[in-house]
Amino acid sequence: MDNPIIEINNLSFTISKKTILESVSLQIYDGDYLSIIGPNGAGKTSLLKCLMRIYSGSDGAIKFMGKPVENFSQKNLSKLISYVPQSDGRIFPFTVEEFVMMGRYPYLSPFTSFSADDKKAVQKSLELTKTKQFCNRQLNTLSGGERQIVFIAAALAQGANILLLDEPTTFLDPKHEQEIYKILGKINKELGKTIISVTHDINSAALQSEKVFILKNGKINFAGKAWEIMSNNILEKAYEKSFTFAKHPITGQTIIAPETPPQ
Amino acid sequence: MKRNKKFMLSMLFLLAILILLLAPFLGMETISLKSIILSGSEQIKSNIFWKIRLPRILTAFLAGAALAISGMAFQAMFRNPLATPFTLGVSSGAAFGAAMYVKIGIIFSILGISGQAISSFVGAITAIFLVYGVTKVKKGFSTTTMLVAGVAINFFFSSLIMFIQYISDFANSFRIIRWLMGGFEIVGFSPVLTILPFVIVGSGVVFLLTNELNLLTLGEDIAISRGGDVKKIKLALFFATSLMVGGIVSVCGPIGFVGMMAPHICRLLIGPDHRYLTPVSFLFGGAFLVFCDTLARMLIAPAEIPVGVITALLGGPFFLWLLLSGENESRF
Repeated sequence: MDNPIIEINNLSFTISKKTILESVSLQIYDGDYLSIIGPNGAGKTSLLKCLMRIYSGSDGAIKFMGKPVENFSQKNLSKLISYVPQSDGRIFPFTVEEFVMMGRYPYLSPFTSFSADDKKAVQKSLELTKTKQFCNRQLNTLSGGERQIVFIAAALAQGANILLLDEPTTFLDPKHEQEIYKILGKINKELGKTIISVTHDINSAALQSEKVFILKNGKINFAGKAWEIMSNNILEKAYEKSFTFAKHPITGQTIIAPETPPQ
Repeated sequence: MKRNKKFMLSMLFLLAILILLLAPFLGMETISLKSIILSGSEQIKSNIFWKIRLPRILTAFLAGAALAISGMAFQAMFRNPLATPFTLGVSSGAAFGAAMYVKIGIIFSILGISGQAISSFVGAITAIFLVYGVTKVKKGFSTTTMLVAGVAINFFFSSLIMFIQYISDFANSFRIIRWLMGGFEIVGFSPVLTILPFVIVGSGVVFLLTNELNLLTLGEDIAISRGGDVKKIKLALFFATSLMVGGIVSVCGPIGFVGMMAPHICRLLIGPDHRYLTPVSFLFGGAFLVFCDTLARMLIAPAEIPVGVITALLGGPFFLWLLLSGENESRF
């Protein structure tokens, strides 16, 4: 087997004495499509932020391609890994193209402006995400779904091999949700990029990704193939709630539904 | 789009030059071109032009330009339309530094830079780190926390200044009050030379960090994930803005609102891209303050209105409009 592209070894992380992550160990391989699920406050977002070194102080616990994350400058790290955070809604009125262009920041050296390569990368990611048609619109005029896709386009323009996403489909309608999964699938299959997506959407985690990690109280509760969460009470243990598994009458795909006690 | 912006930038450049060329001729005494070239009978007018008006207008321009890009940098760093050196207490920190210098009365200078400017700079940087410190101690701070912290620090320094005034003798107290109103009643080129190094170094840093300012407007998380070294960038910007605000406040007093208004108007003109917004704010801020100062000299001539009064009178309503218009929600 290949060497893991990301190796996390016994990572613990605290914010003002509160333990957020506790001895998390994981291996992620090149080309993985991985979903991280788990209850609220389990430390999913913090794990992503540790990987992106938005939170620093991982003390050698995180390695990218065998090298500790501390050995990378932030610019070099961001050529390797990019991040689509949860939107905080505060957006300057940049145009879509200007915003996606900012994804090329790591390749910019002082006193230079964006090169032809940068422009090419931006065009490519605008085309792949089908955002080219509104590349002159301002970010603040986009719908939530469009904006999320543009954020993915910007992360893609960054040219990194690993893409981190924090709840990419939360608050989106089913159509935009599907569109985003389609784009992520393309990025993973056609471009061969590694995708690590934090989500609350258990169904899509099971269906879209190959692997699933479950975090609970800062610890890894489960790590395995995506289909495995559809059995063995794995979800029940993680969420302390019963789940029902049913077959979709038309597609035959398994549907996961939390059991609601009768009113 | 891009061509438009370049056109706008060059138009503004021309406008700024025009204002700079025109303003020294205007005032209580209208001066003709002839009188500044030919000396002799009109020696007085020539003196007014070269020794009073020209240095004054240059000072006003430098001050406006530097305060505008300081405000712009603050708005980007704190991602808030109301964050400026003025609203967050940096100006009053600088003013306190300068007032202390006046009060203590020990005159010194380092490398030819006046002690007043240096104490102003120290005051400014103290205020910045107080605000920044407050926002850092409380993790996940909201912009409201930051603004309230800034207002509190502003009050704190203003009270200290009042205290200094109170314990000063009449002459010193008046000096401090008049200077607090802000103005450019200077003679000769030495004030220009005092603030010039502050403005050159400070704005140089800001001009070098335009791509970084763009990143910061996207929020710290995205800025870091794009490879921005946010801590270093912020430190450099804090240093640069303190330098500019300190230098200018020591000479011109805490001139209100230029730092908040100019970048906003420029953002409406040219958009949020700091690669264009920075030079545009620099030129606009400079030209705007020269304009206000010319008004200050002419409106109730032969007396003068302190320019701080004019900028604040224009800025106050603008500030309210900004608060009330829903627009700023989407802009930040």
